[in-house]
Amino acid sequence: MLRCIVRLQSQVGNAFSLSKVCLRNQHYECVARYSAATAERKRFYQDVSISQSEGGLYEINLDQRKLKTPGGKLFTVPNEALAIAVATEWDAQRDTLKFYTMHLTTLCNTALDNPTQRSKEQMITAALKFLETDTICYRVDEPHGLVELQKNEWDPVLQWIEKRYNVAIGSSASILGPEIPEATKDNLRQHLKSYNFWSLTGLEYVITQLKSIVLSLGMIDRHLSVEQAVLLSRLEEEYQIRRWGNVEWAHDYDMYELRARTAAGALFVHLTSESSTVKHKLLQD
Amino acid sequence: MPGSRRAPLQSQHRSTMAALSSPLRVCRGILKELRAIQGPSYKKSLAYNYVMDQFRKNKVTGERYCRAKQEAHHASHTYLCLLASTRNHLVLHNLYHGKGERSPEEVASLVGLRLPTQPGGKGWEK
Repeated sequence: MLRCIVRLQSQVGNAFSLSKVCLRNQHYECVARYSAATAERKRFYQDVSISQSEGGLYEINLDQRKLKTPGGKLFTVPNEALAIAVATEWDAQRDTLKFYTMHLTTLCNTALDNPTQRSKEQMITAALKFLETDTICYRVDEPHGLVELQKNEWDPVLQWIEKRYNVAIGSSASILGPEIPEATKDNLRQHLKSYNFWSLTGLEYVITQLKSIVLSLGMIDRHLSVEQAVLLSRLEEEYQIRRWGNVEWAHDYDMYELRARTAAGALFVHLTSESSTVKHKLLQD
Repeated sequence: MPGSRRAPLQSQHRSTMAALSSPLRVCRGILKELRAIQGPSYKKSLAYNYVMDQFRKNKVTGERYCRAKQEAHHASHTYLCLLASTRNHLVLHNLYHGKGERSPEEVASLVGLRLPTQPGGKGWEK
């Protein structure tokens, strides 16, 4: 109750201060622009369909109008499966457009527009730098249950990646984290170079969500499922939930959001890396 | 209904290859999600046709361990996870975080007050 009164006061107070700072016209404009940015866009189309343009790229049509990226470019994707998935996302919107649920669309927009002008080398370097602060490598000393849990759940994944990529990644309980030898970084750099720009965008997204490059590679290489990767990423939270109880509007909310984003990123990487289309051809023979 | 029951942590990922549920279950799950999205006409949607196509294609393979089949299975499981978690996330969002802030009039009425009115309007209002 006290909070509501404070909020009421602050709202009225802000209105007064805003009128002092802005000229009257500017104030109208400020208010109009802010409300336009936050106003919800209604669903303005009936049907969503895909079409193939020359060059083999697929486009999304909203009621005869072609979809464009926020940067103004035409929205094109390299294969049909991704186009269908994006179309399904747009079709799933009901009265209003909720862009925070359209993860694949967001990823495609990022890859097409590249608003921060990143190159492949920058993304690979950033990903390798993440290795120094990888979630899996940071262990605690106490409580004992969590130490055991980390050992049982994270060590197998570390062993898998060390075998798969012939690298050495330790784990450490100190504040500085593990020492990553240069050979490890070179091996992983070679591997990451084999991904194209779109797949790297997706991979960077997954790494940022899971806070771990080891888990991301484990999931992309199909060693872990999305649910498992998310579980391992949130291991300490899960431990605390078991200890202290689950809070649906925070824990479940975060878990579902993390799952959705990670699944979208993984699907994006799989669909944009060449190997999936090559295998498809082999199947048809 | 987002479940509050959680599966035990240790059981799920012992094997080297992710132990996923059977393709039939994943297929049914995806169809359920598509039905939740599209409504009764979900069988006409693009996604339905593509998904059924993929499942039929990958069923026809004689080998017990076929890499393309494993990859397709993982991809289908990932797509099911994507659809289910976006739906659950939206449900939770609408349930807990969707209402937004109250207007000043509502806030005042919570404590039994009314906003002051100024005849002629305040200086910056029309």
